[in-house]
Amino acid sequence: MSSRERILGRVRRALADVPRDDTPYERAVERAYLREHGGLGVEATVDLLAENLADYRAIVHRATEEELPAVIMRLLAEHGSPYVLVPPGLPPEWLSAGGPTRVDDRAESTPAELDGVASVVTGCAVAIAETGTIVLDGGPEQGRRRITLIPDHHICVVRVPDQVVASVPQALGRLDPARPLTWISGPSATSDIELDRVEGVHGPRTLEVVLVGGE
Amino acid sequence: MSGTFVGMPAFPVAAREAVGDGTLRANLRHATHTIRAKRANAVAEVSDWAALREAGKQIKDHTLRRLDDYLVQLEEAVTAAGGVVHWAADADEANRIVTALVKETGESEVVKVKSMATQEIGLNEALEAEGIRAYETDLAELIVQLGKDRPSHILVPAIHRNRGEIRDIFAREMGEWGRAAPEGLTDTPAELAEAARLHLREKFLRAKVGISGANFMVAETGTLVVVESEGNGRMCLTLPETLISVVGIEKIVPTWRDLEVFLQTLPRSSTAERMNPYTSTWTGTSDGDGPRVFHLVLLDNGRTDTLADEVGRQALRCIRCSACLNVCPVYERAGGHAYGSVYPGPIGAILSPQLRGTASEIDASLPYASSLCGACYEVCPVAIDIPEVLVHLRERIAEGGEVTREGNKVVLRPAKGHAAERAAMRAARWAFARPGVLRAGQRLASRTRRLHPRSLPGPGRAWSATRDLPPVPAEPFRDWWQRTNGGKDGAK
Amino acid sequence: MRVALFLTCVNDTLYPDTGRAVVKLLTRLGVDVDFPAAQTCCGQAHYNTGYRHEAEPLARHFADVFGEYDAIVTPSGSCGAMVRELYPRMGERARAEGRGDSLAATLAPVVPKTYELSEFLVDVLGVTDVGAYYPHTVTYHPTCHGLRSLGLGDRPRRLLGAVKGLELVELPGAEECCGFGGTFAVKNADVSAAMGADKVRNAESTGAEVLCAADNSCLMHIGGTMTRLRAGIRPVHLAEILASTEEEPAV
Repeated sequence: MSSRERILGRVRRALADVPRDDTPYERAVERAYLREHGGLGVEATVDLLAENLADYRAIVHRATEEELPAVIMRLLAEHGSPYVLVPPGLPPEWLSAGGPTRVDDRAESTPAELDGVASVVTGCAVAIAETGTIVLDGGPEQGRRRITLIPDHHICVVRVPDQVVASVPQALGRLDPARPLTWISGPSATSDIELDRVEGVHGPRTLEVVLVGGE
Repeated sequence: MSGTFVGMPAFPVAAREAVGDGTLRANLRHATHTIRAKRANAVAEVSDWAALREAGKQIKDHTLRRLDDYLVQLEEAVTAAGGVVHWAADADEANRIVTALVKETGESEVVKVKSMATQEIGLNEALEAEGIRAYETDLAELIVQLGKDRPSHILVPAIHRNRGEIRDIFAREMGEWGRAAPEGLTDTPAELAEAARLHLREKFLRAKVGISGANFMVAETGTLVVVESEGNGRMCLTLPETLISVVGIEKIVPTWRDLEVFLQTLPRSSTAERMNPYTSTWTGTSDGDGPRVFHLVLLDNGRTDTLADEVGRQALRCIRCSACLNVCPVYERAGGHAYGSVYPGPIGAILSPQLRGTASEIDASLPYASSLCGACYEVCPVAIDIPEVLVHLRERIAEGGEVTREGNKVVLRPAKGHAAERAAMRAARWAFARPGVLRAGQRLASRTRRLHPRSLPGPGRAWSATRDLPPVPAEPFRDWWQRTNGGKDGAK
Repeated sequence: MRVALFLTCVNDTLYPDTGRAVVKLLTRLGVDVDFPAAQTCCGQAHYNTGYRHEAEPLARHFADVFGEYDAIVTPSGSCGAMVRELYPRMGERARAEGRGDSLAATLAPVVPKTYELSEFLVDVLGVTDVGAYYPHTVTYHPTCHGLRSLGLGDRPRRLLGAVKGLELVELPGAEECCGFGGTFAVKNADVSAAMGADKVRNAESTGAEVLCAADNSCLMHIGGTMTRLRAGIRPVHLAEILASTEEEPAV
């Protein structure tokens, strides 16, 4: 007998007390919890996102479409990055104000090569206000997972209010599970020393989020 | 100190040492009290916590009651997405599968994301025996590995170490494993985290094989989820060419949507955050992004035996948040090592004796490692009634009965060590069923009260070594009631 | 309303003063309380130590003795929780073991009628000011089964807050277990003693003269630790404080 059959057989014997017509999934879970907390308006939801991002030590900036290239250039310059990693579908105008040399992420680049690049600029798939989270789904504006992992400085552009949802349940509804997802809430952190939070371990130690939109 | 738990003494013996260790007591008290208050705040922020907790419980219960269907569905979905699914009935089989998979790649080292399942099966030791070195990359796991220590907490395996001890371990050991700690390393947490970043980066960048567990597996989509903080998980899940995930069969949820509950309750219960810094989800393999080969090893190792127990199976709802450890007054004083398992604290006290059985001294003593105060149940985000299961397991030990071991039903005999206790319980039940006998006993105690010693001999010494006995009153209440007609006759 | 005092075997044998205090308090509030002499033990120690089957006859006996009353009042959070939380569970387990509904049916009537003292005062009698006088500084320890199994909430504190002359001070770490835990106190004596010592130190740090709780088994452990550590604070049951008046003050 294969272990597959052995385990499935054990499970079925273990569940001898459960009737085969046990309550089906649709009726087994009472979802009395909220779809979102607070029912805030569009503007207040964006404000909450900014507040919660900052609470977990992301640096938040706001810009209009027109201002965005200059803001990105300034942030890269402040970080002193000679090179910036970019995903394949990054809107060209985002880096149109000049600045560091663009490095495209190519499949054949090794992690060690990418380790020499200080900054990365990406968009995102969705941002969650209640938790201060940005979610990347590997789309053209975001690229492979590793490009937002190896550099020490990540600039993430969020289109507000379109890409902003209030809550985790709303975010999951917008995301495609078939794509590899990375949920990011602030720079990397650890609580492993005396259960006290320290920011900055393996991922980017500086996370800058630019909320772009409006006039 | 040994890296395994074989031959652990019973809990009270192991706990005695911890209770007397001032540094350990201070480390644990500081850490657990810090996180306790934070968790309470993080939970209080969410107005629908009770509803989320109930939904989490119901999702997990439903999944367990249909586990065979969901396992098959998961296997189909993972396979369709390009993954390869393996089944392991026990620790040895899981270790053999993983070792063979690593050998196929031709590599002799792997990077690991913190994983309770691989700790449980002793994977690192099994790999080491085959000449494969496994590098732990979670900061606390690294501290444990470098310190040749054992984990003592689910979330923070090195919780028993303070910053000074961690500094010493890094300074002494890092050079043996790779990049040495920077000169003049101090004990500030930021510097220690930086030292770990530098030490591990070279390992991440060259790693060809990553090994992980998973917090959740979605049956509907074949998606795996890893919830973490440091970014070491992302490194291990995305940079290597081959990813091997070892996951307990109870980690399934039916649908993608179900994550909306656990991604709210887990971070708040675990690290007391609104959301942990990084959550990775992946479904099989993706073209040009991340590992090209993905293996999922589904692990039983006692889980189906646990599932067979109608009361005990609720322990399989556990999402490994460790909130129960952090509020437990026994854990706070006894420390994690006393539990003799990678699963310490209240959840460990009900999980280990079910996964491993109650034959060993340590496993038979774990159900008693609780005052039944109920703080664990109160904070559990999937409402595992830990006191209920503890009492149920005590019953199994004291009275014996039918259990399932490795898929077979066996009848346990009442434990030998409890014979005197069993006789006393029977005698007490006999007396309590007869008010006259109880009264006679009370009167005898009252009449002889001046002769009672302040300290007790034999087993009673366990009480009187640290606590005085209450004085026995001149008469029991029932005599007063009868003598004074319930106080109506005025006599005092 | 026919009200029975379920004193508990521990109080009957070791703490008759608590029993007399409950009688005095309820009588003062106009309740005619009876003490059914056939009462013995609820079976909690048996149940929690793993001897559920030994506890069953005691539970049946309890239901026999108290079944005819309208309300059953007990000055013990843990014994109250045994009846309210664990008697229904015993019935369910017997049913799951294929032994039918007999145990569940026998125990069901006493479950909703059983009240811990502070619940009976606040919820049934609707009083928080019971006319007590107790000129001492008091700190309150909510015992675990009263706090978590019964959900007593702030009832005991509200009752204490209304006592004339009483100054109530907060106990640091109030909701942490004192370490008694029934047979835990001897099976894991070292951890139990460490928990007890921490509870006593916290109580001492308040400067209160009295540590009040609504469970004498916990107070036996805390009090025994207090005298052993020569702490300048003593344990007193809630009922004894609430029974105390200016005419007949408790010490």
